[in-house]
Amino acid sequence: MRSCISKRLDRVSPSGIRKFFDLLSGMEGVISLGVGEPDFTTPWNITSAAIQSLEHGYTMYTSNSGMIELRRELASYLKATYRLEYDPETELLITNGVSEGLDLAMRAVLEPGDEVIMSDPSYVAYPPSVILADGVPVHVPTSAENDFKLSAADVEARITEKTKAILIGYPANPTGAVMEREGLFEIADVARRHRLLVVSDEIYNLLVYDTEPVCFAALPGMKDQTVLLGGFSKAYAMTGWRIGYAAANAGIIAAMTKIHQYTALCAPTMGQIAALEALRSGEPEARRMIEEYDRRRRVIVKGLNDIGLTCFEPRGAFYAFPSIAVTGMSSEEFAERLLVEEKVAAVPGSAFGACGEGHVRCCYATSLGQIEEALSRMGRFVAKHHRS
Amino acid sequence: MTKKVLQILENDARTTPEQIATMTGMSEAEVNNIIEEAEKDRTIVKYRTMIDWTRAGEEEALALIEVRLKPQMEVGFDAIAERIYRFPQVRSAYLVSGAYDLAVLVAGKTVHEVSTFVIEKLAPLDGVQGTITHFMLKRYKEDGEIFLTGEGDKRLPLTM
Repeated sequence: MRSCISKRLDRVSPSGIRKFFDLLSGMEGVISLGVGEPDFTTPWNITSAAIQSLEHGYTMYTSNSGMIELRRELASYLKATYRLEYDPETELLITNGVSEGLDLAMRAVLEPGDEVIMSDPSYVAYPPSVILADGVPVHVPTSAENDFKLSAADVEARITEKTKAILIGYPANPTGAVMEREGLFEIADVARRHRLLVVSDEIYNLLVYDTEPVCFAALPGMKDQTVLLGGFSKAYAMTGWRIGYAAANAGIIAAMTKIHQYTALCAPTMGQIAALEALRSGEPEARRMIEEYDRRRRVIVKGLNDIGLTCFEPRGAFYAFPSIAVTGMSSEEFAERLLVEEKVAAVPGSAFGACGEGHVRCCYATSLGQIEEALSRMGRFVAKHHRS
Repeated sequence: MTKKVLQILENDARTTPEQIATMTGMSEAEVNNIIEEAEKDRTIVKYRTMIDWTRAGEEEALALIEVRLKPQMEVGFDAIAERIYRFPQVRSAYLVSGAYDLAVLVAGKTVHEVSTFVIEKLAPLDGVQGTITHFMLKRYKEDGEIFLTGEGDKRLPLTM
């Protein structure tokens, strides 16, 4: 029988961590720095609101766009936080996490062959979301020397007549990099001059340290040209609830909603109620978690540098992205041997693109005790394999 | 900055000044100064350890006792409260609003020991008008810590 699998999928590479899952299964005593989510459970006031909603029978569909109460609350939140005004009726869409929002945005705007510029390394879903929408990802190399920031000049150099959008995601997974207002302003300038759409994944936006969150859509003149993707998973420790949102001009939101209504219908109702509670009363607990991440961040960054895995200072998300150059290993070999020899799981940088090679992603959303134990094991590992 | 140091120590008193310095971006000397000051003015009252004695195989009986007091001229409740909270068996004591005056947490090795204390030491005191003793049946949470075992990490070990 001929293959029944669409050829389109040939261009999507399988997840780079499958093999580690197999290695991990059955191993005892592993400390994992390989996760991409908070170790905290959802703040109880949020969970409690959702439980109550279930008890009261809120078990049905919501509007395709999401509960209007949630969209209104979100509009007030965006206005209060970034002075951005979105019409909750036509310019906001509640999605199944940013993951769905990203997919919808790409499918809503791309024609076959359209190019989308993004950084390398980048979050693993960025290239596939473009490819699955028949677009072509175009990578802009970034590096530790430049704190993994995206350079506007490098972006501009890759613009062709097929370029449709720039996809950015800061604070960044896997690097923990943030971009300050000035750097984003330069990207905005490029986008404006070339009339490109900017899709900005801001799922980690609240998780910044010693700096203020910047919303791309709030940069002067960018609101109409930006698809803002945000969500609740990271800042409110709500990964399993699957609630995100898209904010953009009414035309784009209508197009995204058209796909969403036929493919997802609506985001989970109890998750939407939880998100509403998060917006109304989640701030103090979110703040508490962010303060704790900051303490852990400082410990892991100092610890990694001390053992010779040089690490630029990540100022966002909950990842450190140290260089493993002292060992002379590839990132995949490093991660595999670290797991087998010292039972510490980290994600090879190459899983996030060619420019991630030579680095590993270490998530510090885990207890300080675990972080210190992981650092001590990694220190032993590096001392043993130091290329001198 | 003092608040940051205190928060870290409140959560884990064994955190070293060096670790606190790393976590906050302060110098170790600054951290030491803050701690010294706080110890001196009793902002830091004491460093202690939370122990689940039942897991250590020790017997433990706890009771919350509602105490109704007769206020005294000039000193109000303070003098009689002191007569009560000075007993080493009293773990915590709070003056409260409502149907009774003093909420007292009494600890002993056995229910008998706690009852004896209430009957012989607490209830007969001048100024104590009445007591109601509630023995603790199960400890769910204390000082912000939930006493549950098996609350492991439910995350997948690797996610993107």
